[in-house]
Amino acid sequence: MTDLPILLQNLTSIQEQALAELESVQDEAGLQAWRTAHLGRSSAVMRVFSDLGKLSKEERPQVGQNANQVKLALEGAFNLRSDELRQAALQRSLQNERLDVTLPGRAPTLGSLHPATQNLREIYRVLGDMGFQVYRARDVESDEYNFELLNIPAHHPARDMWDTFHTLTPGVLLRTHTSPGQIHAMREYAPDPVRVILPGMCYRYEQISARSEIQFNQVEMLAIDKGITFGDLKGTLNDFARRLFGDEVRTRLRPSYFPFTEPSAEMDVECFVCGGKGCPICKGSGWLEILGCGMVHPTVLKNGGYDPAVYSGFAAGMGPERIAMLRYRITDIRYFWGNDVRFLEQF
Amino acid sequence: MNVPLSWLKDYIDIDLSLEELARALTMAGLEVDSVKVIGLPLPEGERHEFKYSGLAWDREKVVVAQIDEVMPHPNADRLVLCRLNDGLQEQVVLTGAPNLYDYKGQGPLPRPIKVAYAKEGAQIYDGHQPGQVLTTLKRAKIRGVESYSMVCSEKELGISEEHEGVIFLDDDAPTGMPLADYMGDAVFEISILPNMIRNASVLGVARELAAITGKPLRLPQRRLPADGPSVVGQVSIQIQDPAMNPRFVVGLLRGASARPSPYWVQRRLRLAGMRPINSIVDATNYVMLETGQPLHAFDYDHLRQRAHGQPPTIITRAAHPGEKLTTLDGVERNLDPFTTLVCDTEGALSIAGVMGGLESEVTPQSQTILLEGASWNFINVRRTVASQRLNSEAGYRFSRGIHPALAQEAVQLCLERMAAWSGGQIAADLVDAYPAPVVDPVVELPASEVQRVLGIELSAEEVAGLLRRLEFTCTVQGDIVTAQAPAHRLDIGEGVVGRADLLEEVARLYGYNNIPAVRLSASLPRQRRNPALEGEERLRDALVRAGLREVATYRMTTPEREARALPLGAVQAETPYVRLANPIASDRTVMRRSLLASVLEVVERNSRLRPRLAFFEIGPVFLPNPEAPLPAEPVRLALALSGARHIAAWDRPEAHAMDFFDLKGILEAAFNELHLSDVRFEPTQHPSFHPGKCALVRVGERVAGVAGELHPKVAEHYDFGAAPVLAAELDVAVLLSCIPARYEIQPVPVFPPVLEDIAVVVDEDLPAEKIEAVIRAAGGKLLTDVRLFDIYRGDKLGEGKKSMAYSLTYMAPDRTLTDQEATQIRQKVIRRLDQELGAKLRS
Ligand SMILES: [Zn+2]
Repeated sequence: MTDLPILLQNLTSIQEQALAELESVQDEAGLQAWRTAHLGRSSAVMRVFSDLGKLSKEERPQVGQNANQVKLALEGAFNLRSDELRQAALQRSLQNERLDVTLPGRAPTLGSLHPATQNLREIYRVLGDMGFQVYRARDVESDEYNFELLNIPAHHPARDMWDTFHTLTPGVLLRTHTSPGQIHAMREYAPDPVRVILPGMCYRYEQISARSEIQFNQVEMLAIDKGITFGDLKGTLNDFARRLFGDEVRTRLRPSYFPFTEPSAEMDVECFVCGGKGCPICKGSGWLEILGCGMVHPTVLKNGGYDPAVYSGFAAGMGPERIAMLRYRITDIRYFWGNDVRFLEQF
Repeated sequence: MNVPLSWLKDYIDIDLSLEELARALTMAGLEVDSVKVIGLPLPEGERHEFKYSGLAWDREKVVVAQIDEVMPHPNADRLVLCRLNDGLQEQVVLTGAPNLYDYKGQGPLPRPIKVAYAKEGAQIYDGHQPGQVLTTLKRAKIRGVESYSMVCSEKELGISEEHEGVIFLDDDAPTGMPLADYMGDAVFEISILPNMIRNASVLGVARELAAITGKPLRLPQRRLPADGPSVVGQVSIQIQDPAMNPRFVVGLLRGASARPSPYWVQRRLRLAGMRPINSIVDATNYVMLETGQPLHAFDYDHLRQRAHGQPPTIITRAAHPGEKLTTLDGVERNLDPFTTLVCDTEGALSIAGVMGGLESEVTPQSQTILLEGASWNFINVRRTVASQRLNSEAGYRFSRGIHPALAQEAVQLCLERMAAWSGGQIAADLVDAYPAPVVDPVVELPASEVQRVLGIELSAEEVAGLLRRLEFTCTVQGDIVTAQAPAHRLDIGEGVVGRADLLEEVARLYGYNNIPAVRLSASLPRQRRNPALEGEERLRDALVRAGLREVATYRMTTPEREARALPLGAVQAETPYVRLANPIASDRTVMRRSLLASVLEVVERNSRLRPRLAFFEIGPVFLPNPEAPLPAEPVRLALALSGARHIAAWDRPEAHAMDFFDLKGILEAAFNELHLSDVRFEPTQHPSFHPGKCALVRVGERVAGVAGELHPKVAEHYDFGAAPVLAAELDVAVLLSCIPARYEIQPVPVFPPVLEDIAVVVDEDLPAEKIEAVIRAAGGKLLTDVRLFDIYRGDKLGEGKKSMAYSLTYMAPDRTLTDQEATQIRQKVIRRLDQELGAKLRS
């Protein structure tokens, strides 16, 4: 026979002693040591469980019940204390772990698209929304496509408008504009309606300087169908200008001359830097010259396979690098093909 | 073309401000580049649409004055004292103008000299400094004589660069009148479009202005009688090819004497950009600027001498083979067989429409002037101008097309002006050879066409009304306007082309900005895919995400520049290039064949600028095609990497230099994004690359290109940094052709994987690709991932051995795998590695 009251008394003192010790625990290590000592396999309360077998049938339930209560109490106290300590530790770490948030960040190794690609994509996107799709053509072109079929016969004074790079193969040159694509596209699609974007690198025989380059991108739009009017051209260009330069931007057309369009025009947009008040970018005029355009010349329509008495259309062309120069205040066009990282990184 | 406002006002009333006038001209297609103000006030306010320059003359302080006497200076030979009346008072003014010396000491002048006089406090340009430097006249003592005002030269007043002497105004200049009121002016610099050469004259601009503003045009009127003996019989004309020379008109002035032209003529010529010579030459230039018709003056007596005293015969013909002519500029020219010449029976006199010959030119002594007004085939003149590299005012106009009707009008006008300024008697009649009369085109324009093409609804009468403002002769029948072009323009075509020409004129006069803008109402054409462009753009994005910067380089280069990307001796001597016939610079002579060479130049350019360089370009190269005139233009991708793997930070030192596997990893990442399957890197040899660090990139069965570390012998051709340069050049079409039309994704696993590592010892030269292939084949479907995580070499393994450690992932889509299943797979993998590769499990 064991002494039941003594056993129960022991359990009470086990609990009291363990709780007292828990009070003085101050860190995670002490906490773990306390758990091993008071709730581990060889702790006093666990020994009571393992010794239950030695008790009589009558004593077992009460001792077991009491021991269980002690165990639950200790576990509860442990969790409480553990929480307290964790909160305190968190508090301390929050207090201590302060960064100098003004130190520079670590740079990821990012890539970037060339500004010319970014410009082209923006134009594709805007024109694409209006149903114009990209149609590309070659850089090295025949005189026939670059000039003849575009209503610019040999020795015609209009040829003075383009300083041309010729190759050693007679009749083969570097395209001076993307307009040969007009003939390519029309001949491919006639008699279906056409609504295309003609992008690409063009070449002019000019001394390279801050203002002029021997190669530059050009983007043209071309629309051919029955019933396309000068009013459609204006509306399309106005929408285009608003998308590119701002919803409120004003535009105007000035008469101009291109052999492959008639009537021909230059489009000015209100200076997006000064809003038309006059500034160094627009040289005080309040207007920026953005693109050339016009109704497709009947000879060009005919060369493309469309009857000019039935079909009409418009074309408009612009230099994306020139537009980028205005927008980003790029003072030297040579930056584009110079590929200095100090330029490329800014886009 | 420089157009003085005062001259324009001879033909039309203008009540617009300078700004309004410049805008009206620009909006009609006569683009005003700048406005130079001569004495008039500059426009006020901040914003001007046009560029203005010039000097405003103070109306109080710069006036017309008269010099009544020129007296010697007591102490200086090169200075004179002028007794001058400025309309308010008389004073003595000091000047050093050489053109006043002649009048020195003559006492009171019978005919006072009218001059431009600037008083104390006036702002003028300093005549002694180059360019235009403003100065204010102040009181000073020069050689003991007080000076506070000045008789001015053109330079000092901002009229021209002329500073040889002071201006002698015409005698009728009213003394005391503010100079700005007497001769203030503004010069409009206008760009003439190639199809608007009819406006390259003061009358042409006035004519356009009349059409825009509706004000009447005042054509110059005949004032002098032509009552001398007739020119008929004094000269004959033979035109050999009327297609080249549709018309040739001559007139005669007898008893002329060359002298300085009136000051207002000289001033207008200078403002228009020409130099006054004498009253005879000036008259031809003046009338050319006035009407647009170039004219040529011959010394008739000289021609008659050449014709042995007989009336000369003027012959126009093509140059003979080997024929030469010394032109006015003193250059002996070898003439092309297409060049048209004006000749007499003795030989060539001038290059038709371009420049006169030196020998037959009028001289200041010439008394009998034969005046030529002709029309020439503009394409032919243009060829001659280009071939001779001879730019002249006449060549500029004739090479763009001058209407033959102008020839006669201009000759008459010029004879009158010449006689008015040089004296002499105008011979009656003209000798006019006009074998190929121009028929001005008649074009039918239905008003419905205006609606169809311009989108504006105008009645036929309204259309005719607009065209009549431009002097078209119009009749209206129902909907149809029949319009004949006026006899001063050649830019109107026939048929549908003529219609387009008229539509442009209708639009221009209606005002482009008055045409309502509408949104495209035509139905959307069939939409089409553009796989090449879409693929290139995806590739660009993939490479940018992999940390590369896109570059764009010149597509012109030289064979030598491209040869730098190969070791010496590896260059093929006869590499075919698309070569330029007229390269602009010695470093841009051919179209590139290698995109890699261009991108390596970008690495070189930036090698000192950043520790990590990673570039790519996508663009065409140009490969001549022996079968066809046009080259192939395949699109290539070139990449180049060099330097630190990642960017250093304040607590993270610079990383190792990138190597082959950085390049490969980038390519693999990009290929993964494109869902290219079956990409293999096979060892290969390429002259540009390190022989042990170079791979052929194969996609399926097709070779896409090469990738590797640049050969040290190639790298030394460039100014690179110390780190190796990794590079690749791939054919974009091959890559894009292997993109699957569609791909399927794997479901996200629901059951947990079993992870396990194994390490096997293999021979050093066994490629990793083979080991992984055996592992995957043995593992079957349940082995879902194989990842190499370590390579170990060491003494313990023995010579020529390496240990490859792999982390394996086993997983089933429908259940949790048991340890036994995993063990079975593992054992199969180990067995097969042993059997097939002799690989031993590393213990
Ligand atoms: Zn502005």
